[in-house]
Amino acid sequence: MYRAAVIGDRDSIYGFAALGLEVFPVTDSEMGSKTLRRLAEGEYAVIYITEALAAELEHELDHFRLQPLPAIIPIPGVTGNTGMGIKMVKKSVEQAVGSDIIFNDND
Amino acid sequence: MAGTQVNPTRMELTRLKKKLVTAVRGHKLLKDKRDELMRQFLDKVRENKALREEVETALVSANRNFMLARAGMPDEMLNTALLAPKQELTISAGTQNVMSVEIPDFDFKTRTPDQNDMYSYGFAFTTGDLDDAILSLSEVFPKMLKLAEVEKSCQLMAAEIEKTRRRVNALEHVMIPELQTNIKYITMKLDENERSTQIRLMKVKDMMLKEAHHYEY
Repeated sequence: MYRAAVIGDRDSIYGFAALGLEVFPVTDSEMGSKTLRRLAEGEYAVIYITEALAAELEHELDHFRLQPLPAIIPIPGVTGNTGMGIKMVKKSVEQAVGSDIIFNDND
Repeated sequence: MAGTQVNPTRMELTRLKKKLVTAVRGHKLLKDKRDELMRQFLDKVRENKALREEVETALVSANRNFMLARAGMPDEMLNTALLAPKQELTISAGTQNVMSVEIPDFDFKTRTPDQNDMYSYGFAFTTGDLDDAILSLSEVFPKMLKLAEVEKSCQLMAAEIEKTRRRVNALEHVMIPELQTNIKYITMKLDENERSTQIRLMKVKDMMLKEAHHYEY
């Protein structure tokens, strides 16, 4: 049995606690990266991360792309949607196809 | 290729021919695998995009609700309200095999089946906005989990497609042409040797005949 975690700035994520997800508020990217690494080794199947933090830890996230678990999924935080999440999807397409054939019509 | 030295022997030729057959068969299989993976990947990635857009809009509006809730009550109140969650969520992660890529299959279970257990506070000191905010978040969550599943699948499949494509290209553009030139080289060399032996024999025959019967040609 796995659990789900949420990492990000406190304001963006505290609501998830009510749903039974575990929340890990972090204040800066260094703390974020440490927490992320600790969680990735643990029993978490899904780790949601706010886009703002994900943007700072992009390099670390790449590291987890190839591992079957955990799935690290960027979500928009209170600061709004930065397009980081879609960028990750684009990256997959580029990796597989060689060029972006899914998103090129909207930007 | 010209760079590598091959022994022009019959044994080497048989070996190379066997290798070529395997390479061609492998190439065909890998190409099929790549095409099928690509087809499934494109379906998945379209689903991923749609889900992501949906989840992002829903989360942005949920966040707005939370902002509203925060504005309506003191911070300490809010902290206490969400300090000890009643609900607990576990995820069971199975795997599904798609063209030898293990993609995850998530399913979640809450500790108690009661929907209302997500409100981990008494209603006396909190605003209704907080209830609304939590409700809106709980409505998106199944989609968020689906998104996690699909997005992870896409990432894993993309990596596998890249790997398979490399293999296909290596077979198609390096391995198979190389084997073909080597086979050609050995066949030519063997034919050449055979001709030269033939000629030598003819010459020797001539010489022997000449010696025995004093024939002149």
